[in-house]
Amino acid sequence: MHARADAADTVPNWPDDIFATLQRFDVRQVPYVPDAGHSKLIQRVLDSSTMRGIALTTEEEGVALLAGAWAGGQRGVLLMQSSGVGNCINMLSLIPILRFPFLTLVTMRGEWGEFNPWQVPMGSTTQGVFELSGVQVLRASHAAEVPAVLEAAASQAYNALTPTAVLLSQRLIGAKVFTK
Amino acid sequence: MSKANLLDRRQVVSTLLANRKDVVAIGGLGASTNDMCAAGDHARNFYLWGGMGGAAMIGLGLALAQPKLPALVITGDGEMLMGLGSLATIGLQKPANLSIAVLDNEAYGETGGQTSHTSAAADLVGVARACGIKDSQSISTMAEVEAFAKAVHDVSVGPRFANVKIGSANLERILPTRDGTYIVNRIRGDLGFQPI
Repeated sequence: MHARADAADTVPNWPDDIFATLQRFDVRQVPYVPDAGHSKLIQRVLDSSTMRGIALTTEEEGVALLAGAWAGGQRGVLLMQSSGVGNCINMLSLIPILRFPFLTLVTMRGEWGEFNPWQVPMGSTTQGVFELSGVQVLRASHAAEVPAVLEAAASQAYNALTPTAVLLSQRLIGAKVFTK
Repeated sequence: MSKANLLDRRQVVSTLLANRKDVVAIGGLGASTNDMCAAGDHARNFYLWGGMGGAAMIGLGLALAQPKLPALVITGDGEMLMGLGSLATIGLQKPANLSIAVLDNEAYGETGGQTSHTSAAADLVGVARACGIKDSQSISTMAEVEAFAKAVHDVSVGPRFANVKIGSANLERILPTRDGTYIVNRIRGDLGFQPI
């Protein structure tokens, strides 16, 4: 089974904070590739009457989707884990070219007590990949800072069209523990 | 080498857009986006000059945001092959107002005419149908193109997919604007949205 080390035993509340912020910013389309760290937020989105959760086969689909959503008058947010950031690289070129609001929330792997070495290369380059691609990076490592970080990220993404990624640290989510 | 009786891509696209009314059209990277421009520039044309593999997903985002408007993706076989997964994503969402027309010349025409997977093995109609897009068809006559163009306006029974076999002739390039911000803001303006 998979458990989480260093995470609270109870279901975390920070995904509710994220959901509330997204709702306040009138986010309507939420493309995602599932990740355990995003599971509560994804469920909130799927249960929502104002947001549409859109399961993707690969993360770059979500970048293109958000461009189309904006052309049609809607805001969106892309949920993924750090491994998926590499899949997005060429599609990220749409953001400066089309100048649509881009916000992505990325659950981190390959850091803070990672067990699986295969996660480390992409986890280590996630921030650099974003920055080289013109996406500003903010990070949340503790539950208490999630609301302020989300507020800043959503505000600059939707009000100032500043492409923004929020990295949700593995310290926040809890490192994945592999037990037999 | 051109096969007999294949459709002319410019004629196909101008027929798809002839009575477009409120259609928003997305042209995939490559000759498809040029064909759309050749049929006549329009405020609701979303020309792509990059982001290969993303045309169908842009169409999905737009279709979901504007469920009463017909969204029509016109793209090539190579561009569609790069975004095959998006057919599964669209099959899951089932946007009733989204139509996809692939102009299939079985080649990468922009890069020297190298054969694509559809020339020998890949069946895009089969893929689309297997991904849950039930209304998926192969088109080989202009009458079928005309019928598809009409069906695009029915925003209650999509999504629909058509693979149109076209000739591989390289035509004169009719280039649309390359300014992406202008393209998007022109569509948004036409739909009634203000600048930020």
